[in-house]
Amino acid sequence: MSQNPDTWLTRFHRLGSPPSFYRLAGILMPFIGIICIALFASGLFGGLVLAPADYQQGESYRIIYIHVPSAWMSMFVYALLATASAISLIWRMKLAEAVARASAPVGAAYTFLALVTGSLWGKPMWGTWWVWDARLTSELILLFLYLGYMALVAAIDDRRSASRAGAVLAIVGVVNLPIIHFSVEWWNTLHQGPTVTKFDQPSIAISMLIPLLLMAGAFKFHYLYTMLARVRVEILDSERRTAWVNTLVTSKAS
Amino acid sequence: MKPRRKQRLVLVSLLIAGVAVAAGLALLALQENINLFFSPSQVAAGDAPSNTPFRLGGMVVDGSVRRSDGSLEIQFDLTDTANSVTVAYTGILPDLFREGQGIVAQGSLGTDGTFSATQVLAKHDETYMPPEVTEALEKAKAMGVQ
Amino acid sequence: MIEFLQMGGYAIYVWPAYALTALTLAVSVIAPIRRRKRLVREISAIAVQKERSRSE
Repeated sequence: MSQNPDTWLTRFHRLGSPPSFYRLAGILMPFIGIICIALFASGLFGGLVLAPADYQQGESYRIIYIHVPSAWMSMFVYALLATASAISLIWRMKLAEAVARASAPVGAAYTFLALVTGSLWGKPMWGTWWVWDARLTSELILLFLYLGYMALVAAIDDRRSASRAGAVLAIVGVVNLPIIHFSVEWWNTLHQGPTVTKFDQPSIAISMLIPLLLMAGAFKFHYLYTMLARVRVEILDSERRTAWVNTLVTSKAS
Repeated sequence: MKPRRKQRLVLVSLLIAGVAVAAGLALLALQENINLFFSPSQVAAGDAPSNTPFRLGGMVVDGSVRRSDGSLEIQFDLTDTANSVTVAYTGILPDLFREGQGIVAQGSLGTDGTFSATQVLAKHDETYMPPEVTEALEKAKAMGVQ
Repeated sequence: MIEFLQMGGYAIYVWPAYALTALTLAVSVIAPIRRRKRLVREISAIAVQKERSRSE
């Protein structure tokens, strides 16, 4: 086995090398894009047209189809950012650094969307754009964590030390994730408790749940697409002086 | 695993553990301040501040809403099933305000025990259902009672 | 159709939320595509320059 150069482990290692990851991402991205568009189309149609109005909130609840996926992604991407950061700190893996740097702005965008769409939902339903309850405040802190990570990485000139400093911040910030998730149970808040991720049955009608899950899938694939596109840019930038980038670039330009 | 990597792994784990403990202690110390509102029972027990505005949360008692004619004045009772507080408010209510609904009111407690609110916010539950389903559920409930 | 656009009277909240989401998601996809194109042009310009200085 050890003489065989094509064990899964060596294959995995090669996949982690920048040129092959760059190539693989380029092959996968069109498929991811198509799946993403299909999920968005079906999720939006299901959520805006097919799903019935809510018994209490009427049509305004339809913001759920973008608010909840954004909020889920804001936390999912942060967990990924912290994991990639830990891998890059411990194993010094360049690809993990690239994934972390690529994820931060996308995660910040989801967090921003979760906050703004929540605000647009809160005004008619709660009667206020904003309230300093534990859920909203911890989600705002998540946005600041993302922005802090991006500012820190951008402020340090040396690429690798910038990634390392950012990684420490990202890992420290991970404590905020359980706080966000459990805030509605640990403290009394204006924000309601979890609907779908309850351990017993989700308290949402199936005709409303299906579009929500489709939209959640669409957001996942959106993240995958833009993250891969960003990792490719990171790879090109950090490997700009290597032979493979030069041949790639000149063959494309001519 | 190479010793240097192992060392870094331990360092990262220690970092996470340390921050988690610090955050946990901080949140524990702030416990009361993080809560958004006081419950009617806390008000009855005298835990709520008496001279500064605070938020009061509870359910609007069925049949307790009294509107005055020709003005936006409204009075209703808020309960947490154990105790209740009467709330007076003048102004526009959120769309979700109704009897049996969870409400958070900002204001202060008067000497007569009435809470005069400057703002009323509606909480909504985590249940999402089409209206037909709730009607059916209510019908089923009524049939069961008969 | 008009009824759909009115969103039961919540149009001023629902549609801006959807519009902002569409815009943000679109920008987050377009930004790296444009950045990659710019980077490829930049790197190839440097490569061509190097090639020239070597041949001189």
